[in-house]
Amino acid sequence: MKAFTQHTGIVAPLDRPNVDTDAIIPKQFLKSIKRSGFGPNAFDDWRYLDAGGPEIDNHTRRLNTDFILNQPPFDKATILLARENFGCGSSREHAVWALDDFGFRAVIAPSFADIFYNNSFKNGLLPIVLPAEMVDVLFKRMQQHPGVQLSIDLATQTIACENEIIASFDIDAFRKDCLLKGLDDIALTLQHADEIKAYENRRRQTAPWLFREALNKS
Amino acid sequence: MSSIDSKPKTLYDKLWHEHVVRSEADGTALLYIDRHLIHEVTSPQAFEGLRLAGRQPWRKETIIAVPDHNVPTTDRHVGITDPVAKRQLETLDKNCMEFGLTEFGMNDIRQGIVHVIGPEQGATLPGMTVVCGDSHTSTHGAFGALAFGIGTSEVEHVLATQCLVQKKSKNMRVCVDGRAAPGISAKDIALAIIGKMGTAGGTGYAIEFAGDAIRALTMEGRMTVCNMAIEAGARAGMVAVDDTTINYLKGRPYAPVGKQLEQAIRYWKTLYSDDGAHFDKTVHLDTSTLEPQVTWGTSPEMVASINSSIPDPDLIDDKVKADGIRKALAYMGLEAGTDIKQIAIDKVFIGSCTNSRIEDLRAAAKVSRGKKIAATIKQALVVPGSGLIKQQAEAEGLDKIFIEAGFEWREPGCSMCLAMNADRLEPGESCASTSNRNFEGRQGQGGRTHLVSPAMAAAAAIAGHFIDINEYNGDD
Ligand code: SF4
Repeated sequence: MKAFTQHTGIVAPLDRPNVDTDAIIPKQFLKSIKRSGFGPNAFDDWRYLDAGGPEIDNHTRRLNTDFILNQPPFDKATILLARENFGCGSSREHAVWALDDFGFRAVIAPSFADIFYNNSFKNGLLPIVLPAEMVDVLFKRMQQHPGVQLSIDLATQTIACENEIIASFDIDAFRKDCLLKGLDDIALTLQHADEIKAYENRRRQTAPWLFREALNKS
Repeated sequence: MSSIDSKPKTLYDKLWHEHVVRSEADGTALLYIDRHLIHEVTSPQAFEGLRLAGRQPWRKETIIAVPDHNVPTTDRHVGITDPVAKRQLETLDKNCMEFGLTEFGMNDIRQGIVHVIGPEQGATLPGMTVVCGDSHTSTHGAFGALAFGIGTSEVEHVLATQCLVQKKSKNMRVCVDGRAAPGISAKDIALAIIGKMGTAGGTGYAIEFAGDAIRALTMEGRMTVCNMAIEAGARAGMVAVDDTTINYLKGRPYAPVGKQLEQAIRYWKTLYSDDGAHFDKTVHLDTSTLEPQVTWGTSPEMVASINSSIPDPDLIDDKVKADGIRKALAYMGLEAGTDIKQIAIDKVFIGSCTNSRIEDLRAAAKVSRGKKIAATIKQALVVPGSGLIKQQAEAEGLDKIFIEAGFEWREPGCSMCLAMNADRLEPGESCASTSNRNFEGRQGQGGRTHLVSPAMAAAAAIAGHFIDINEYNGDD
């Protein structure tokens, strides 16, 4: 897992609620069997005026200059500011891979869909939940001062703007620890292999039908 | 018995506790997984990760793999022509072969949509934890199982360890009571719940669907409701076990038999919420006055009764919400105040893990029998959820009813639910769809989706616009 400790960067305000993972990375790009290369197609339907696909060269496509991420300085943004229920819909981790590949390190929103939230941690993309009023304040600030930078510090769970701490956020202790150290969580779980085996042995006694092969498989 | 054990528990509490292998100080738990379903789109990177780390699947026999998202729904015998999709399907085959996993390949009669085949095979059982790299895994909760979608990194984690690192969700009960009118289906109930709760209403919760109207549903209906729990923001939806559950499972290939079945049933019958169990939130829905539901926007919560009209954003105080509606109406090419019945459609899609089971096909066929789809309909697809459902429907003559009415009868798969294969909407086309998501571009770039029940979709195909199935006499 990629570690996250501190980050300072430009914030792009994406002012719409319920941004779903289909919008973050449309289905035609899910045919890839890799984890990388999704950045140029993040928000594809909003970013380009013509249709895209896995075999189409994005450089030949027409950009939608009305879309925030096509407008400087937001094309260099590394923090995404969003509205409620960000990342809803499909479980596709490709959405997180696309945001990461675009260059985002954190997303700030009043709420996230559960699966997206989980997926983010697995890739070192920090999802930060702030109260809706605070998010509103940030939207206004970003719109008034385009290009202003925020600094996120995971250890102290704070967000600063121009050296002044403007918000603090909650995060599970376990997740925070894994992210700070960039731990491989599979290796972490495998440290408890004996406990997993003990659990299985217990269950084999109490629920043997779960350990049976499909005898009458057709 | 300790006080913890004697405290009344919800169904979710029971399922959770049964699967905790260990817990961290902050409540994060290592949760054991009994069934792992896999499809071609969200698994390649997980297998690659496994390979790179030199790991093996922990318990191979818990895994069933099936290709569904990319598969063509015509001319199966010629194979798959899209080279990129083909590589993804071949990758699944190769991974299953290399690691020795069970796969129902594209030409296996048992192939179908992952959430349809699990229950159909009896591979989804009460009391299990079921995961899949797919958000609609909530479907399997209909069996009194704890079932939820996971990302690809988590797929790899389950492959390698048979466990997931999870935080317990809060408990929500959605009580659905009242006798529904004959034309009201599980889909209308699901859409009405989402309309009421909003697409983020269930975020952070596991939902138990309870009440007379849920008890009265068949397993197919319960699966439709649990399937859409994710559209209400909840990762898991579930229904307590009863005789309907048990009778559905008996005799299915992966279900237990003999003494083990008896033992299993004794346990399954404990899978309900105890009286007095604590729910953090309760939502009620009365189905006695429920009308067929149709979505008009680009989020499943943008839903209305067939006999109403599209809301006016100018009358909504919440600025973010009003803006969301304006954006949705602009995308959909619709105006506030339009009667739902006046919305014309170009295409019809009957299928998806929400509504592609035999009961759904029967409901749509009943409406279509002896009728013709409207001349303005460019395409109407019926895509069964699995090869076995297709076979059953053909044995009942449903295929002929559809074909005579002008529908296309296809091979099983996800098809136009997400349009990864050739089945899709063109920009600006409107579709009456029995699937679960009406997001922008979901069924094809620029496509406009209206979510409805199978009977409503069939009636719309015949009328060319939405009509109330309860008033439907086929002469429209
Ligand atoms: S039918 Fe649609 S929602 Fe269901 S698994 Fe397939 S793509 Fe996902």
